Amino acid sequence: MAQRLGMEVSVALGEAVKLADADVIAAYPITPQTHIVEHLAELVADGELDAEYIPVESEHSAMSACLGAAASGARTFTASAGQGLELMHEVLYVASSMRLPIVMAVVNRALSAPLSVWGDHSDAMAVRDTGWIQLFTENGQDVVDQVLCAFRIAEDRRVLLPVMIHLDGFHLSHVIEPITLPEQTQVEQFLGTNQYPLPLHPNKPVAMGDFGPPFIYTETKWAQEVNLRKSKEVVLECWQEFGRTFKRHYQPVEGYHSEDARVLLLTMGSFSETAMTAIERMRQNGQEVGLIRLRLWRPFPFSEVRRAVKNAELLIVLDRAISFGGPGGPVCSEIRSALYNQEKRPKIVSFVGGLGGRDITVDGFEQIITRGIEIGQKGSEQEFEIFGVRE
Amino acid sequence: MPNYTIFVPRLLTKRENFAPGHRACIGCGEALAVRLACKAMGQNIIVVNATGCMEIVASQLPYTSWRVPWIHTLFENTAAVASGIEAGLKVMMRKRRMATQEINVVAMAGDGGTADIGIQALSGAMERGHDFLYLCFDNEAYMNTGIQRSSATPFGASTTTSPAGKVSIGQFSWKKDMPAIAAAHNIPYVATACPSYPFDLIEKVKKGLKVKGPAYVHILSVCPTGWRCATELTIKIGRLAVETGIFPLYEVENGRYKMSLKPDKLRPVNEYMKLQRRFRHLSEKTIKQIGQRVGEEYGKLLEKAA
Ligand SMILES: Cc1ncc(C[n+]2csc(CCOP(=O)(O)OP(=O)(O)O)c2C)c(N)n1
Ligand code: SF4
Ligand SMILES: [Mg+2]
Repeated sequence: MAQRLGMEVSVALGEAVKLADADVIAAYPITPQTHIVEHLAELVADGELDAEYIPVESEHSAMSACLGAAASGARTFTASAGQGLELMHEVLYVASSMRLPIVMAVVNRALSAPLSVWGDHSDAMAVRDTGWIQLFTENGQDVVDQVLCAFRIAEDRRVLLPVMIHLDGFHLSHVIEPITLPEQTQVEQFLGTNQYPLPLHPNKPVAMGDFGPPFIYTETKWAQEVNLRKSKEVVLECWQEFGRTFKRHYQPVEGYHSEDARVLLLTMGSFSETAMTAIERMRQNGQEVGLIRLRLWRPFPFSEVRRAVKNAELLIVLDRAISFGGPGGPVCSEIRSALYNQEKRPKIVSFVGGLGGRDITVDGFEQIITRGIEIGQKGSEQEFEIFGVRE
Repeated sequence: MPNYTIFVPRLLTKRENFAPGHRACIGCGEALAVRLACKAMGQNIIVVNATGCMEIVASQLPYTSWRVPWIHTLFENTAAVASGIEAGLKVMMRKRRMATQEINVVAMAGDGGTADIGIQALSGAMERGHDFLYLCFDNEAYMNTGIQRSSATPFGASTTTSPAGKVSIGQFSWKKDMPAIAAAHNIPYVATACPSYPFDLIEKVKKGLKVKGPAYVHILSVCPTGWRCATELTIKIGRLAVETGIFPLYEVENGRYKMSLKPDKLRPVNEYMKLQRRFRHLSEKTIKQIGQRVGEEYGKLLEKAA
């Protein structure tokens, strides 16, 4: 039987990669991702996971080695964070454009300068348009489950795209939580083996990564877009199958007291758990508030988002990154554009908070919602407000 | 080197794994070098190509010149991609996900992709000891983007980013010694080659494929477009590079240097330089100084090979 054990989330993530029987792991250490790659190195060193562990000399090479491994047909994993993810930037586009099913855990970290090893979503937002499937996670069990789902989704013949699993640095990566690790045999059945359709092999030579002049580039990009959009069906199918097998259920957009709420807060990642406590408390005080958690970030779940907010009068979006000089919160601006043409839509208020590891407590969330309601009524002179900033 | 000329057709495979029809310039030494290397390597290879002339001229969608499995991703990551492929094949054969057979991974890049932007990935891959062959096609500048200098551009050469001018001599630094850098990684095999010596090149590529662990072959590739020389002089200029001591042919096997060709007497560097307009602005005095430095470097190499 699968056991529920207290475990550091990073270690549990490593165990999930082991359960998935990954073939190649290429990684470069960066706080707060280190515990994941250290644990994987240990598993390989002890012979518990039969994989090639490539201790590359940079993140650029980590992702590049992943390209090669995935193109040879191997089940491929890496993890990174913050500056490391930024160093990979150009390689990320290649992974998705060349349809290489790589799975990467991104332990969200703020970007320099000033140097910060602590969490926010600046790194995630900077790679928003790289063409990867992207999921945000809320707790340790979620992380383990999404890692398993990620391999299945990525390697599905209808998809063949890389998948990024975001988890908050420290707030999630370094906490100890009770986690159930599924049985190996169940995972094997759920995942099957990687059957990459056209691997690099002398038996059947293929040319990958050709040069695309203007007469064909647009078509390749459109094909990529259609493919990423369509992957949503496979993501949903995978979560259904996961629910049937492992009895834990996931949705692209998840609500919490959201059905009848007049005021909704939208969050992503592990902060959602604190926000839920705040919502619970405010509900007890008779306020009609609720929470929307965005789990599937790419492909963006337009219909699910629209459905989730359709009864609300006010939607407060909390971003953990800034689009400098622009609309403020990148998530909020996407939500705005997704709702703009809807006949009935809530008013939208944008907050940025939790930057560089700064916590938002239950009280903090209450304050955000209260202030959000105030802005909703009276308006604000600013495009967005930063929660708790000292002037 | 034995005199093979009469037997060429019988010694070389007719099959072209780097097929004709590509868009390289007339007289391109790089295309010739790739073609010869492909003849040496046979079918059981996977080629990892950096961005640069050889990738651009031979892979324009919907065509390809490559008759072996080939992948191009970016400019500076070739050795890292090769690491991933090598590791992937190894583990999948070990786990019996794939039939066990010999498949050689060959990374290819220009001098820019090797000595400049790709040196970190290459150093990492050599240090980790992946079993792969790395071929550097050195045409002494970034040709694909329009003849800009690289760290492999020779002293005094005029390029578009080291132009000769009233107060500029052209390239201001001495050519980076990339084979020595590769050799400093203590890898089993390092060699220099030039398509003007086709059988020497073929043998070295074969050797590089055969060794276990990383092998590095640095191939001087005359580029008429960038060197501003006559297109029919490619072979001759390659030979002169060797005969003047500017580009000596040698091997470093398990740390032991060995000259592949030792001319009794080096020709004056001017014989090589005067055929190329990238050097035409240089004064006799500068050319003499260059000749001196070439002699010194050559002397040091002979000592290592002694
Ligand atoms: C990161 C990045 N920077 C710059 C370029 C532009 N670029 C493409 S090929 C090239 C030069 C290639 O020079 P080299 O490696 O010597 O190959 P050659 O074309 O001379 O054969 C440059 C600068 C690029 N593709 N990627
Ligand atoms: S520019 Fe030089 S290296 Fe490039 S294709 Fe032309 S001759 Fe060959
Ligand atoms: Mg070059």
